[in-house]
Amino acid sequence: MQDTLNFLLAGIGGQGTILASDVLVNVGLAAGYQAKQAEVHGMSQRGGSVISHVRWGQAIRSPLIGAGEVDVYLAFEKVEALRNLNQLRRGALAVINIHAIAPVTVTSGIQSYPDDDRLRATVSQVTDRVAYVDGPGIAAALGNIRTENVVLLGALSALMEREGLIGSELLPDEWIVQITARVPGRYAAVNRRAFEAGRGAIASL
Amino acid sequence: MIRIFSGNEAVARGAWEAGVVVASAYPGTPSTEILEEFARYPGVYAEWATNEKVAVDVAIGAAYAGRRAFASMKHVGLNVAADAFMYASMTGMEAGLVIITADDPGMHSSQNEQDNRTFAKFARVPCLEPSDSQEAKTMMVAAFELSERFDTPVLLRLTTRICHSASAVELGERVEPPVKQTRFPRNPAKYVMVPGNARPRHPIIEQRQAAVAEFAETCVHNRIEPGDTRLGIITSGIAYQYAREVFPKAALLKLGMTWPLPERLIRQFAASVERLIVIEELDPFIEEAVRLLGIPVEGKRIFPLVGELDQRTVRECAISAGLLPESARVPVLAIDTDPLPARPPVLCPGCPHRGVFYVLGKLKVPVLGDIGCYSLGFVPPLSAMHTLGCMGAGIAVAHGAAKAGNPEHHIAVIGDSTFFHTGLPALVNVVYNQSPIVTVIMDNRVTGMTGHQDNPGTGRTLQGKAAPAIEIEPVVRALGIQHARTVAAYDVDEIEQTLKAFMQLDQPSVLITREPCALLPEARAHWHALEVNSEICNGCRLCLRLGCPAILKSDELDGRYGRPKALIDATLCTGCEVCAQVCPREAITERETGNG
Repeated sequence: MQDTLNFLLAGIGGQGTILASDVLVNVGLAAGYQAKQAEVHGMSQRGGSVISHVRWGQAIRSPLIGAGEVDVYLAFEKVEALRNLNQLRRGALAVINIHAIAPVTVTSGIQSYPDDDRLRATVSQVTDRVAYVDGPGIAAALGNIRTENVVLLGALSALMEREGLIGSELLPDEWIVQITARVPGRYAAVNRRAFEAGRGAIASL
Repeated sequence: MIRIFSGNEAVARGAWEAGVVVASAYPGTPSTEILEEFARYPGVYAEWATNEKVAVDVAIGAAYAGRRAFASMKHVGLNVAADAFMYASMTGMEAGLVIITADDPGMHSSQNEQDNRTFAKFARVPCLEPSDSQEAKTMMVAAFELSERFDTPVLLRLTTRICHSASAVELGERVEPPVKQTRFPRNPAKYVMVPGNARPRHPIIEQRQAAVAEFAETCVHNRIEPGDTRLGIITSGIAYQYAREVFPKAALLKLGMTWPLPERLIRQFAASVERLIVIEELDPFIEEAVRLLGIPVEGKRIFPLVGELDQRTVRECAISAGLLPESARVPVLAIDTDPLPARPPVLCPGCPHRGVFYVLGKLKVPVLGDIGCYSLGFVPPLSAMHTLGCMGAGIAVAHGAAKAGNPEHHIAVIGDSTFFHTGLPALVNVVYNQSPIVTVIMDNRVTGMTGHQDNPGTGRTLQGKAAPAIEIEPVVRALGIQHARTVAAYDVDEIEQTLKAFMQLDQPSVLITREPCALLPEARAHWHALEVNSEICNGCRLCLRLGCPAILKSDELDGRYGRPKALIDATLCTGCEVCAQVCPREAITERETGNG
C-alpha cells in the first residue's frame, strides 16, 4: 500500500455513510495502519449532505483530508458525487452509487437534478478508475434496501484489490468482521450477502 | 486494548477511568455524545440538566461533597454557565471538578465561534486542549489530578474536529479515587462567597494560578519536539495535527495546557529558533500571551482569525507568508460541476412544527425565534422566523419589542426543552411586567435537534429511569398566564383560530402546540402515506408552500392552467395531514380510502 490512503465518503443523512466510515477506519486499524476518521454531519439529520473522511497510513496526523488529496472516493448519491468531485486527486479511485435522492430544491421545482450522462461525463474529467454500482437495486434484490451501504463497501474492497491499492494483507473476511460487529445479529447474514454482492458487482464489470 | 474512539467517546472513557461519580450536561452539538456515552458506564450517575448553569452547579455540588464530577456543554453553554463557573474558581472543591467546553470553529451547528480559552484566563482556571482521541482520554484523567492538586476547576477545551473525529485509544481500567470525606463540608470561609469571605479568597486564587503556571513549565502535556530550528511553531489542540502535516520537520512547542502558559518554556523555545510562529484556531490566544512576554512572534498575520483550520488552509497561508516554497502547493481540480441543486436542511416530513410556521407566515406577524429544530422555520418557503440569538431569547425579545411600542403583535416561538432551559424566567418576566405577546411553545415531546434526548417533559431520565413528566400548560397557568391553550400541532385551523383570538388580547397568552416528533418510534408506528387525487388537483402549489420534502411537483400538468400537479412521495410521507388541511380543493386524502 502507498504511505497514506485518503478516503472520502459522501452521501445523505440516513444512507449509512457513518456506519460505512466506521467500518473503514476499523478495517484500516485491523490491517495494521494508523487510522483516523472525521465526520461532518452538522444538521444532516434534516436531509443535508453528509461527508466523512477516513485516512489510513504509516503516520496519520490530521483527521481531515486536504482538498486535492482524496485517493479513494465512495459516493452514495449522484448529486453528492458531483458536489465533492474537486476534492479528488486526479486519477483517484471512485465507487459511485447509482442512486438519486432529490433535494427539496428539486422536488419543489426550483432547481433540476443532473442526468446520468452529465454525471459520467463530469466524473470522466477527473478519473477513469471509476465503478458505477447499482447499490439500491442490489440491496433490494437481497430483500433489504438498508444494506446499500454494505453493498458499496463490498464493491470498494474488490475495486481496491483489483487496482492494487490493497494487497493480500487485507482479506475480505476482515471487512465482514467489522461490518457484522456493527449491525444487529439478525441482520448479520443479509449484510454478509450484501458485501459479497457488492464484490460481485465489481467482478462482473 | 486499542479501540477507535471519537473524541467524545474518549472523554467519556477518561471520566469513567478517572473514577467520576456524577456528571451533568445539557445537550448541544458537538458535545452531546460525551454524556450519552458516559451514562452507559457502570457505577456512574449521569443526568440531563435543564440548562448548562444547572449542570455546572450540580457538578460543583458533587465535587463539594467529595466526589469527582464533570459538566459538559457546547461553547455557548458556558455563557449560560459562566456564573457558576466563576464562583467554582473562587471556592475550589473537595474533589476533582472538570468543565468540558466543546467549541465550534467554523460554526458547523452554532450561532457563533467564540474561543472559550478566554474563559479559562478570565476565571483563573487551567485549560487543557487535546489534539486527538488518545489525548482527550489522557487529559480528562489528568484534569482531575490537576483539579485536586491545585484545588481548582479545570476547563477541558475540545473543538468539533476533536469531538467528532475518531482515532485509536488505549483503554485503561477505572480507578476509584479515595473518598475524601463522607460529611458535606462546613467551611463558610471557603464556600460561602459573601464579600467578607470572597475578598480573602481572591489572592488565594491568584497564588493558585501562579502555582499552576509553575507546574505548566514541566507538565508532560507541554513539550518541545526538536527539529529544524529555522522555523519554530507553537501550537495546540487540533491545530497541532495540521501544523505537523504541513511542517513535519520544524521545531515545535506543543502546548497541551494553554492556560496558564509556561513562560520559561516558551522563552527557551523562542530563543532556540530563528523565526517563531503560532498556529492556533480562532483567537490569537497564545500569540498575544507570547507577544506580552516581549518575544517577536507571528500568528494571525499569517493564519486566519475566522473559521476552522485544516492542513490545506495552513499550507496555503504558509506559502503566502514565504514559510514554504510555491512547489509545496497541492494542486486542486477545478472541474465545472455547477449548477448542482442545493441540499439545505429542512423540517422533516411530518414535522409537527410545519403547520405552526405555515400559519405564522400567513398572519405576517414578527416571529421571535429560538434554538432547536424549529429554528428551520426561517427557511423558505415557510420563511416565518425573524430573529434567533440564543437559547431562551425569543420570549424576552418579543416582550422588549412590544414594550418599545411597536404596534404589531409579537409572537415568540420556543421548544419544550428550550422552554425548560431558559424560557421559564423570560415568561415569568412577561407575566410580571405584562406585555400582550403570544408565546408559542412547540412541544414535540423530546429534545429534537441534538438527536432525541430526554428532558423534563418526557417522563424519562438519561439513564432510563421513569420521571414525573412536567406538563407545560399547568406550569404556564401557575405562573399567572390567564390565556393558555394546548392544541394538537397538526390541527392547522385550530392553531390559526387560537392565534387570531390571542392576538386580540391586551394580556400575555401562551399557545402550546403538542405532537411527538415524527421521527420518534411511537410516531413512526402511525406513519401512513397520503395521496394526491390528480383529478382534483389543479396545480395551485399551496401545498408546496409548506416546504415538505414529501410533496413533489408531478410531471402531469393541469389541463386548464398548464401547471404541474402535486405528487406525494409515499416513502417519505408520514400522513400528518397538514397539506390536506391546506389544500383548498381537498385533493389530498388517505391512501387507503381514496378521495372522500
